[in-house]
Amino acid sequence: MEAFTTHTGRAVPLRRSNVDTDQIIPAHWLKKVTRDGFEDGLFEAWRKDENFILNRPERKGATVLVAGPDFGTGSSREHAVWALQNYGFKAVISSRFADIFRGNSLKNGLLTVVLEQKIVDALQELTEKDPQAEVTVDLEAREVRAEGITAAFELDENARWRLLNGLDDISITLQNEPDIATYEAKRPSYKPRTLPV
Amino acid sequence: MGRTLAEKVWDDHVVRRAEGEPDLLFIDLHLLHEVTSPQAFDGLRQAGRPVRRLDLTIATEDHNTPTLDIDKPIADPVSRAQLETLRKNCAEFGVRLHSLGDVEQGVVHVVGPQLGLTQPGTTVVCGDSHTSTHGAFGALAFGIGTSQVEHVLATQTLPLARPKTMAITVDGELPDGVTAKDLILAIIARIGTGGGQGYILEYRGSAIEKLSMEARMTICNMSIEAGARAGMIAPDETTFAYIKGRAHAPEAEDWDAAVAYWKTLKTDEDAEFDAEVVIDGPSLAPFVTWGTNPGQGAPLSASVPDPASYEDASERFAAEKALEYMGLEAGQPLRDIKVDTVFVGSCTNGRIEDLRAAAEIVKDRKVADGVRMLVVPGSARVGLQAVSEGLDVVFKDAGAEWRHAGCSMCLGMNPDQLAPGERSASTSNRNFEGRQGKGGRTHLVSPQVAAATAVLGHLASPDDLSDAPVPAGV
Ligand code: SF4
Repeated sequence: MEAFTTHTGRAVPLRRSNVDTDQIIPAHWLKKVTRDGFEDGLFEAWRKDENFILNRPERKGATVLVAGPDFGTGSSREHAVWALQNYGFKAVISSRFADIFRGNSLKNGLLTVVLEQKIVDALQELTEKDPQAEVTVDLEAREVRAEGITAAFELDENARWRLLNGLDDISITLQNEPDIATYEAKRPSYKPRTLPV
Repeated sequence: MGRTLAEKVWDDHVVRRAEGEPDLLFIDLHLLHEVTSPQAFDGLRQAGRPVRRLDLTIATEDHNTPTLDIDKPIADPVSRAQLETLRKNCAEFGVRLHSLGDVEQGVVHVVGPQLGLTQPGTTVVCGDSHTSTHGAFGALAFGIGTSQVEHVLATQTLPLARPKTMAITVDGELPDGVTAKDLILAIIARIGTGGGQGYILEYRGSAIEKLSMEARMTICNMSIEAGARAGMIAPDETTFAYIKGRAHAPEAEDWDAAVAYWKTLKTDEDAEFDAEVVIDGPSLAPFVTWGTNPGQGAPLSASVPDPASYEDASERFAAEKALEYMGLEAGQPLRDIKVDTVFVGSCTNGRIEDLRAAAEIVKDRKVADGVRMLVVPGSARVGLQAVSEGLDVVFKDAGAEWRHAGCSMCLGMNPDQLAPGERSASTSNRNFEGRQGKGGRTHLVSPQVAAATAVLGHLASPDDLSDAPVPAGV
C-alpha cells in the first residue's frame, strides 16, 4: 500500500447522497479476476450520460471526490474502492460514509475524509465554479485546504499511522515476523503438509 | 475453569496476543479455488511478496467447472478466464493445484478431507463460507474474504477476534431414515439463520457421536447457514479411523503423537459455553425447506405454513415473500409439491455415502416422467469410487444423469442451472432466490429424500415408496 501523507489535486463535486456500492461498481464487474481495470466500471450507469460530471473534459485528471452524505452504502464489495482508485481518486470527502466502505477504503489506502456538511457544500460550490481549483488533503496536519477553506478532520490514530506509513494489514503482520517464525519452529511434525518436504 | 474444544484449538494457534489488538492466529491449511483468489494473488504480485507456506496451501477448481465434456475447452469465456487465471497464478507462485481432469479435483471442501489434510486441532481457512465443513474433524475452520486470502498467502496468519461458543447438544438416537441433513435443517429452523451469529458452534451429544465422518461433515457444512462463524465436533475413534491411511495422514511415530494430541481435544467437563441449545434426537423426522432461506423448513409430513401464523412481523413478511417466490400456498401439504429437477451433489451431500444412499433408493426403479435427476459427485475421486461400486450404472438405469465432479447446480455458475420457474429438490445448502439459476425454486433435502422425490415426482421420503427398501440411514 502506498503511503498517504498529503495530496493536492483537482476535484469532482458529486452532488448525490446515498451513493451505494452497486452504483459505484455494478455487480457484473465482480467476475473480473484482477484488482485493477475497474476504472471503466466506476459509476458505469451514470457515465452513459455524456453530461455526467465525470465525463466532462475539464474534470479529467481530478483526484479528489467531493461526495454527498452516506457514500458507499450497500454490499461490502471491495471492488468499489478498487474502482475509485483505478480511476485515479486518492481521497473522497463526504459528511458520512457507510462503515464497511470506510473500512475497505482505509485498508486499501484510499483516504476517506469526514467533514461537516456545510464545509462539503462549500468545497462543492468552489470546485463547481472553478474546475481548476485545487484541494489539498493533508493527513499529517489532519486538514483539508482549498481557496478560502481550511477545515480540520479526524481519523483514528491507528488508521492514520497505517496510512502515513503505507502499512496494510499484511505489512503490519509482517512486522511481527519473528513471532510467526518462532511459532513455526515449534509446530509439531505431525501437522499436515500439502507438499513433500 | 476448563476450556471448550474451540478455545483449545484457538489457544494452540495464537502467534501473538497483545492488549487491545486481535489475536494473530496461525493457519495450518489454506484451501484455494478460482473465484476468490485472483485479486489476492494480484495483491501479492504488486507487493512483490511470495506465498509464505506453499506446503500449507492447496488449490482446486470447482465453482466454474463443467460437469459434461470436461475434455473440451470451457464454453463460457468468464468461467474459462477464472480457471486459467488460477492455473497461471498457481504455476507462477508454486501452489499445488488439482485441475479439471485430475483425480483429486473437486469441491474444495470434499478434497481437503479426502486427502487426509483436514485433521483434528488444525486451523483451516478458504475464501468460501462453507469452509465450516472441516470442523467435523475438530478443526477450527472458517470462510474468509479476498483480502484475508491475500493475508494468509503472505503471512500464514490472520488477525482475529475470538468468537463466542455455543453448544448444540443432540441427545438420544435419530430414528431410522433420519439423516444428518434432516438434523441440521431442523437445527437451523430452530435457531434461525442468524441464531449462530458471532459463535463457533460445537455439536455434541450421543446422536452426534454415532454419526459417520461424512454425516458430521454435512452438519458442520451448514453451520454457516445458521449464521455461525464455524461448527465443530470433537474428534473420536470415528475421526481417527477415517483419517488413518489417507495420503496426508501422519505416519508411524507422528501418527501416535498426533492421536495423543487429538485425544485432548474435548471440551472439559467444567468448561462453560456462552450459549446452549438442546435438541431431542428421537423426535426428529425427514425435513425439507419450503422457503427461500435455509431456516424456512419443516418436517416433510407438515404443510406449507401460513405466514399469518408468525408473530414476528419481519418473519411474517419474509414468509409471505418466500411463498410468493416459491409459488406455494399456505396449507398445501409439503408432500404434494411437484418438482422438475432433483440435484444430488455439493459439499453438503456429494460424498460417497450420500451417493450410496441415493443409489440404494433409485435401484431397480425409474425417475418419474418429466423429472430430471442430476447426480454430481463432490470430487473426481468420489466419482471413481462410485463407478467402482457400479453406482453410476444404477443411476443411469434409473434414468438419472451421471456427471463429472464440481459445485455444479449448487450455485449454477457453470451450465447446470434451473430455468425460471423450475423447481428442484436439492441436496445442497442454499435455497436463496435464484441460487440455482435465475427464477429457480429450491427445496433443500437429504439424499434419501432427493432420491425418493425423483422416483415419485413430488417431495417424498423413502417410506413413501410402496415397495420401499430399508433406507440407508445416516
Ligand atoms: S458445492 Fe456449493 S456450497 Fe459447496 S463450495 Fe461449491 S458452491 Fe459453495
